[in-house]
Amino acid sequence: MTASATAPTIERSETQGRGALSRLRPRSNPWRHPWLLEGFTWLYLIWSLVPIAIAVLFSFNNGRSQSAWQGFSWRWYFADPINSVLHDPALHAAVIQTLRLSVYTTLIAVPLGVAFALGINRWRGYTASTFNFVMILSFVIPELIFGVAMFFVFQYLFTFVHLGTLAQTLGLVTWNVSWPAIIVQARLVTIGKQYEEAAADLGATPLQIMRRVMMPLLAPAVFASAVLVFSSVIDDFVIVDLLFSNASNTPMSVLIYSQQRGGNGGPALNALGTIMLVMSFVIAVAGYLGYRWMTRGERLDSTAALTAITGAD
Amino acid sequence: MSVQRGTLGRRQPRAPHRLFWAALALPGIIWLALLFIVPFYAIVAIAAGRVNQLFGYPVAVWNPAQWSSVNFATTWHDIAGSSAFVGPIIIRTIVYVAIASLLSLLIAYPAAYFVARFAGRRKGFFLVLLIAPFWISYMMRMLAWIDLLQTDGYVNKVLTFLHLVSHPVDWLGGQSYTVVLGLIYGYIPYLILVLYAGLDRIDGALLEAGRDLGLGRVGTFLRVTLPLSRQPIMTGMLITALPMLGDYFTNQLLSGAAGTTMLGTTIDDQLSTQALQGEGAVLSLLLLLVLVVPMVYYVVATNRSSREAA
Repeated sequence: MTASATAPTIERSETQGRGALSRLRPRSNPWRHPWLLEGFTWLYLIWSLVPIAIAVLFSFNNGRSQSAWQGFSWRWYFADPINSVLHDPALHAAVIQTLRLSVYTTLIAVPLGVAFALGINRWRGYTASTFNFVMILSFVIPELIFGVAMFFVFQYLFTFVHLGTLAQTLGLVTWNVSWPAIIVQARLVTIGKQYEEAAADLGATPLQIMRRVMMPLLAPAVFASAVLVFSSVIDDFVIVDLLFSNASNTPMSVLIYSQQRGGNGGPALNALGTIMLVMSFVIAVAGYLGYRWMTRGERLDSTAALTAITGAD
Repeated sequence: MSVQRGTLGRRQPRAPHRLFWAALALPGIIWLALLFIVPFYAIVAIAAGRVNQLFGYPVAVWNPAQWSSVNFATTWHDIAGSSAFVGPIIIRTIVYVAIASLLSLLIAYPAAYFVARFAGRRKGFFLVLLIAPFWISYMMRMLAWIDLLQTDGYVNKVLTFLHLVSHPVDWLGGQSYTVVLGLIYGYIPYLILVLYAGLDRIDGALLEAGRDLGLGRVGTFLRVTLPLSRQPIMTGMLITALPMLGDYFTNQLLSGAAGTTMLGTTIDDQLSTQALQGEGAVLSLLLLLVLVVPMVYYVVATNRSSREAA
């Protein structure tokens, strides 16, 4: 907060200084460091990260407040015998439900998406390009509209799918299948066709080509997409919120939302959020290191692995 | 291209057959058909369906020949009729999203530009910090602002300490600017990533050419960098504005007041009451129809740029 209060004075003196300089020398050193821009970037980073650090801090608050610090404690994690994440059955169940959904979704969406990407990319036909379009569309459609569609189809058509873990998993797989599909297709484009053609020349059957040539080449992309699917399910809110039915299938994000909104906020929710955050970061770090290790033979700069496991490419 | 592939195929009888690839793609195709295309048809079937006269719950009509306009009439009455309440909500949603998107761009662009162009050896470090919010759940990030904006929270403490306000501001009591702040904070990481990826791809030689031809720093930016970043700006704005338009939770968490309700909130509310689900379907369909053009634009644009990259 103090940083943002002092920023305007810095900016003003900076612009004045530059104005005076440019009057003296119309073309001052064009390669000088853009301090103004760097200052702005730092302000942005402070604004973007410090609130989260404070929210993490309040999960250790030794009191019921989310806004006034009352000393450090572990009570909201495990020390409190009733209201801690470890002992409150609702909070406890939410952690398990989130993990369960992440595992189920990753196990289904990744093989489905990888096979889809391989097939669509090499098949080349009207059906292939149509469904590729549909798949990319599922990537940009607002999650609310997708969630509404899922809600209606399970309520009015596929009524044998009851709201709850099954409906949530089906929804999450459909929503996340585009990660492996898009990432693997991008990787297929960079690999080219020469390896599989060479393998075919040497007498490999289609299945052998898949297992011995394509899978090892695609491994980093498959791995990156698994990391992305897993972590985006942890953070997902809309689909699981529209498709949950009762307390036993309420994941962490939905619990935080409903409790906070219902006026039952408290540091226990911050503890839950912090657990989500730690889970995501463990996966991100594992994903980063794993991706670096899998692509160790390729000449990539350090930022390539970062953008790969964030899906920024 | 196709001729070449044909001759190659004749020389290598063992190269995977088209059917092999089709079989690989088939599970995904069936999945998308049943759980992506059919569900959207379900929205249409309920929006254009009838309403049970006795209990008021919606009846899905799957045959287009029997579609009715009951739900559309009800919705139109709520949007533009005498006791309309959806109309103002739609306008508010558009205003919120427009302001939040523009402010996001003004914040995100300089930061992404700095990291892509000037961070030098610290690029990885800055990138980690830029990406960090992407890995933190939306709810946790909203919780962070709920903590800070409480009446006795740190924001009020700092403001009263600096004598900028005489008494604590009720930030969470239904303020439009708090909701807009929440939207910006919630969706800006996506925008920044798209902008960074786009700006990072700009060839440094083009910038040096601009300098060599006598442009200053500002001139190079305006005449080289900015035109080249038009595409990332468009896709980045789309990728933040689309989810903002379907957001129903930010305003609920940061205000909860009726005066800041957005369209998504209305749709979400209507789903939980069975008699209103028909209207919820119509509103979802309307939102979808409005967004189809930008969505298709996005898909076509990303397809084009990935083909250029390949």
